[in-house]
Amino acid sequence: MDWDAIISYLPRYKDALLLTVKIGWLGILLAFIIGVLCAAVIHQKIPVLRQITGFYIELFRNTPLLVQLFFLYFALPKVGVRVSPQFCGSLGLGLLGGAYMAETFRSGLENIAPIQSESAQSLGMSKMQAFRYVILPQAVSSSVPGLLANVIFLLKETSVFSTISLMDLMFTAKDLIGMYAKTIECLTLLVVFYLIMLLPVSILGSLVERRLRHAEFGN
Amino acid sequence: MPNLGIDVLFKGKNFLRLLGGLWAAVRISLISVAISIALGLVMGMLMTSQNKILKAVFRVYLEVVRIMPQLVLLFIVYFGTTRVFGWDLSAEYAAIIVFSFWGVAEMGDLVRGALISIPKIQYESAQALGMTGLQIYLYVILPQTIRRLIPLSINLITRMIKTTSLVMMIGIVEVLKVAQQIIEANRRTSPNAAFGVFAVVFLLYFIVCWPISRLAAYLERRWS
Amino acid sequence: MEQVLLEINHIQKAYGTHVVIDDFSLAVNKGEVVVIIGPSGCGKSTLLRCINALEDIQGGEILLNGEEVLKEAKNISKMRQKIGMVFQSYDLFPHKTILENIVLAPIKVQKRTRPEAEKEAVELLTKVGLADRKDAYPRQLSGGQKQRAAIVRALIMHPKILLLDEITAALDPEMVREVLEVVLSLAKAGSTMLIVTHEMAFAKAIADRVLFFEHGKIVEESSHPKEFFTHPVTERARAFLKTFDYETEQNS
Repeated sequence: MDWDAIISYLPRYKDALLLTVKIGWLGILLAFIIGVLCAAVIHQKIPVLRQITGFYIELFRNTPLLVQLFFLYFALPKVGVRVSPQFCGSLGLGLLGGAYMAETFRSGLENIAPIQSESAQSLGMSKMQAFRYVILPQAVSSSVPGLLANVIFLLKETSVFSTISLMDLMFTAKDLIGMYAKTIECLTLLVVFYLIMLLPVSILGSLVERRLRHAEFGN
Repeated sequence: MPNLGIDVLFKGKNFLRLLGGLWAAVRISLISVAISIALGLVMGMLMTSQNKILKAVFRVYLEVVRIMPQLVLLFIVYFGTTRVFGWDLSAEYAAIIVFSFWGVAEMGDLVRGALISIPKIQYESAQALGMTGLQIYLYVILPQTIRRLIPLSINLITRMIKTTSLVMMIGIVEVLKVAQQIIEANRRTSPNAAFGVFAVVFLLYFIVCWPISRLAAYLERRWS
Repeated sequence: MEQVLLEINHIQKAYGTHVVIDDFSLAVNKGEVVVIIGPSGCGKSTLLRCINALEDIQGGEILLNGEEVLKEAKNISKMRQKIGMVFQSYDLFPHKTILENIVLAPIKVQKRTRPEAEKEAVELLTKVGLADRKDAYPRQLSGGQKQRAAIVRALIMHPKILLLDEITAALDPEMVREVLEVVLSLAKAGSTMLIVTHEMAFAKAIADRVLFFEHGKIVEESSHPKEFFTHPVTERARAFLKTFDYETEQNS
């Protein structure tokens, strides 16, 4: 192990990590918003929009992010839509993640028995009130483990950003290996930096899951 | 209407080449899934063990698979191990190793989950009939878990097919790589080919993965 | 002159071609306790759900104090506040404590103040013996306790009539009594109730009027419950009651 090389590489990895985190979290935020909207459309059975949403979800769940990014980055400029690599990265991740988040929220909503809404309505609540005070809080808390799993999944997926010339961790590792051929050092740093990015989320995920599984409400 | 390059695909053997690339990807996934299912079953049974050391090892294994991007693993196996051990590993083998490493962990965890969901009384009543450990698994426990496992394994296939898109980054000529080559070769005559060709690749993946994931969803609904 | 509170005129309820309630009419007077019995799946629960407009009806009308109860009507919230309902599976809100379960609707729907709603909630909880459990979550309670809390959740809205849908059917036998005693005390206090139950002894004790319901219709109706339970008139009711009575079976 060449420690001097490792130390000299650190700043580049740090920059790459910051870039990945920035684009990644923007994408995840976008995914969250898209997911909530799509789940609401499907749950409320809004005609037409519901079919479009369903098609979008299936399309993005059944194609790889890499292909989606290639399409956004290389194909769209040919029809006059040109976007920066960074925007492209966040948008691609957001579209992919939105489809997954939508499924998570939807199943969270579906898991709440209809009689919960009925018993709220039998107390005189409107459908909206029943949704807001009774269904939504339960759905959100039951979706949390799934959401965190999606976050981990999406942060992992950022590893393909280098293909649209974003200087992320993979790009940096590949670049440095190409220049100095210190493969082991570069790969070790790559693993370490991915751990720095993902381990906290993963630990949070298992903590939340354990809490929800063993405690639910009132324990 | 500008030329969007669909015509490029009908030149010569371009479309067949694209399908060939897709098949390279699907082949890697199918082999990896087969290995994952076979080893995953064994893995899952081992994972129900109460041995502390074994448990710790599995935990680390699962956690590595859970948080390391597959692309990082591909780099480690393809560039890293060849460097350290000096062996000659083809990109395709590297891909199969990584995908199996990932698949066995996932299958193992699914099998473990399915096994521990079978009530203890099932094991006990089989024991009471004098069955051995292996007989109990073979005739009583596994048949009950199969219905839960099949949809999940089918899902794993689609996820693997999608993930094979990564193998172009270690130099395997799969569908995206072929697409790039076609676009490059026709750069002069059809400068906008990227749109048509990538759109077709997008659709190809969808056409392959969508029916498989629908099947998994259908079976899951039917058997749950 | 007795005052009619709930009036059901010729209602019809079907799922597709499957008729669940067929030309059903009933009038419930203020302060009256009407018990509906009948075999499982005969449409008793559906009837209660229709009265609370949780189900739409294909014909007829349901009137409370002369005002129509209609699923899509603007005043449905107002109407439902006047019709309390308690379900078989309690259906407390699992993410809220018992007290929060009870005060949610008074605060959000009736716009009452929190202190006032909580004060009444605690009074009602005390009456059903649950005051010390007010800060517990539903899953920490036994079935009987949950059901008593669900009754309080309905009562705090000051409903004109209470619909009880097999409220003891999901309970362990030893918990049935604690719930039924709450209902008996409500009856003594003059509440108007429409009760669907499988507890024949309870029905006999509490009913002012008994309806035997089968295939979406009233088969037998009696304003003398004691007599109905010992000497039912129709053959169907006799056969039904017999299934609850092992001794008669053996002796005859």
